[in-house]
Amino acid sequence: MIKNTAAQMSAALEKGETTSVELTKLHLDRIAAIDPQVKAFLHVDGDNALKQAAAVDADRASGKKLGPLAGIPLALKDVLAQEGVPTTAGSKILQGWKPPYDSTVVAKLKAAGVVILGKTNMDEFAMGSSTENSGYGPTFNPWDLTRTPGGSSGGSAAAVSAFEAPLAIGSDTGGSIRQPAALTGIVGVRPTYGAVSRYGLIAYSSSLDQVGPFGRTVLDTAMLHEVIAGHDPKDATSINAAVPAVVAAAKLGDVKGLKIGVIKQLQGDGYQSGVLARFNESLDILASLGAKIVQVDCPSFEYALAAYYLIAPSECSSNLARFDAMRYGLRTGDSDGASAESVMNATREAGFGREVKRRIILGTYALSSGYYDAYYGSAQKIRTLIIEDYKKAFTQADVLVSPTSPITAFKIGEKSEDPMAMYLADVATIPVNLAGICGMSLPAGLAEEDNLPVGFQIMAPAMQDQRLYQVGAALEAALVSKWGGYLISNAPALGGAK
Amino acid sequence: MSSLSRDEVAKLAALARIEMSEAELVSLSSQFGSILDAVARVQELNLEGVKATSHPQPLENIFREDVVQPSLTPDQALSGAPAQEDQRFRVPQILGEAE
Repeated sequence: MIKNTAAQMSAALEKGETTSVELTKLHLDRIAAIDPQVKAFLHVDGDNALKQAAAVDADRASGKKLGPLAGIPLALKDVLAQEGVPTTAGSKILQGWKPPYDSTVVAKLKAAGVVILGKTNMDEFAMGSSTENSGYGPTFNPWDLTRTPGGSSGGSAAAVSAFEAPLAIGSDTGGSIRQPAALTGIVGVRPTYGAVSRYGLIAYSSSLDQVGPFGRTVLDTAMLHEVIAGHDPKDATSINAAVPAVVAAAKLGDVKGLKIGVIKQLQGDGYQSGVLARFNESLDILASLGAKIVQVDCPSFEYALAAYYLIAPSECSSNLARFDAMRYGLRTGDSDGASAESVMNATREAGFGREVKRRIILGTYALSSGYYDAYYGSAQKIRTLIIEDYKKAFTQADVLVSPTSPITAFKIGEKSEDPMAMYLADVATIPVNLAGICGMSLPAGLAEEDNLPVGFQIMAPAMQDQRLYQVGAALEAALVSKWGGYLISNAPALGGAK
Repeated sequence: MSSLSRDEVAKLAALARIEMSEAELVSLSSQFGSILDAVARVQELNLEGVKATSHPQPLENIFREDVVQPSLTPDQALSGAPAQEDQRFRVPQILGEAE
């Protein structure tokens, strides 16, 4: 049962073949058995999950009309506030903090009857591409426990990949949903900026952050997308428009007559040969299904990484000023006569990890007078050029595609001492964030040289998220029939677990 | 090759209210060269006349009616406070620091 898709679990619940309590117990058992190896979860909320599940079962028994995901378990990235449940954003500075309110995404999940199993591990404040920057130790890739699951939403991706949860929530500021989805062989979507409320999302870089869904299939991911998306008056950047019909698009799964643009700048040097081979194979499949493949040129993308690593640190240096040891979170050095400033200095030193400090310092530098125009100012102009490149490319194609990550899952420790090498992991995902558009990663198979998952990235214009699902579902159907099951059903078993 | 000296990092750390250890200052300073070289690539293009984008959406002020809405109780708002007193956040001394 735990290897089924969420859509299959939903059908089984509807038919009375299982209950939410039973499903939840099976997943909690699975977590107890394998999470000591995978370490996807920072906090397992078993009692509350079972209570939620029992409530859904009671509603179903009483004949109440329920949504499609009612009773389905889910893993929640620890970057979203959930009332009364420890929420850390992977940082020691928030150890033990229990939010007094629910983020809008959590409120929507609860209203839909989704069962929240617990909070998942992440790079501290979502800053990283491997989950190694967590203040609580790394998460391990279920495909190979010596490797990272990617990041920053590595815990959520690993939980879905390891059958600890059929669905998960992540957040994507520079690729933090799509890259771990690629590295663990699952589907992940970064919705259009403003499509999902950021109320209660712990901020990293506010003009780039967006919450999104993970699933094992395109349809499962679409079902979760519809639950969390929608206008929210509590988020002033939330788009006041109808949610794109992503579930219908996932069921349609058709590419006949669609134009698919391959971005020249997102392939070639630096991309692993097995990644490019799987990417090209997927292009051939899409062509055989009736899509027209065209080449598009996005010359400014060459500067996207540089612009991102100025804009995101600049915004984070401002956003993280709220961790001031005064209202919540850690406070150290508060001895008699200590000034507020010295307490702040000591607390931020003790509470923040290495990468977070690095980005705060970089952002402080980029925003300081004398450097502002040369760094932050130039980066904002590059952002305009990237938006213009996309606009032009979308006149030539309905969706754009690239490999999600230039490489497959890398070893724990391989890049943690070399910040620039780690930053390059996001080279193909960052342009989407800078432009505020939407993107999906879905499994394209295994790289021949290392037998590890490869991700295929699809990008669509703002609020055209349904195109991702329409194209993704068509490609997925062809690949799954070729593999004889979805990719992770063929993953190596974890030692000692069934 | 760009670089940032140990003293420059120390000044930035003070501005960012982080009391860094000597080892951290030295290590960050040694890493900054390659990071600054990489981000300085934004200066390679001629950007004259290009508008800056601070946000992917055209932002405008969002107003709501000025009516009372449910909010946190004082107990909820103070529930994560490191220290509190008389329904207020208790903070270290903030006045007279400059003397």
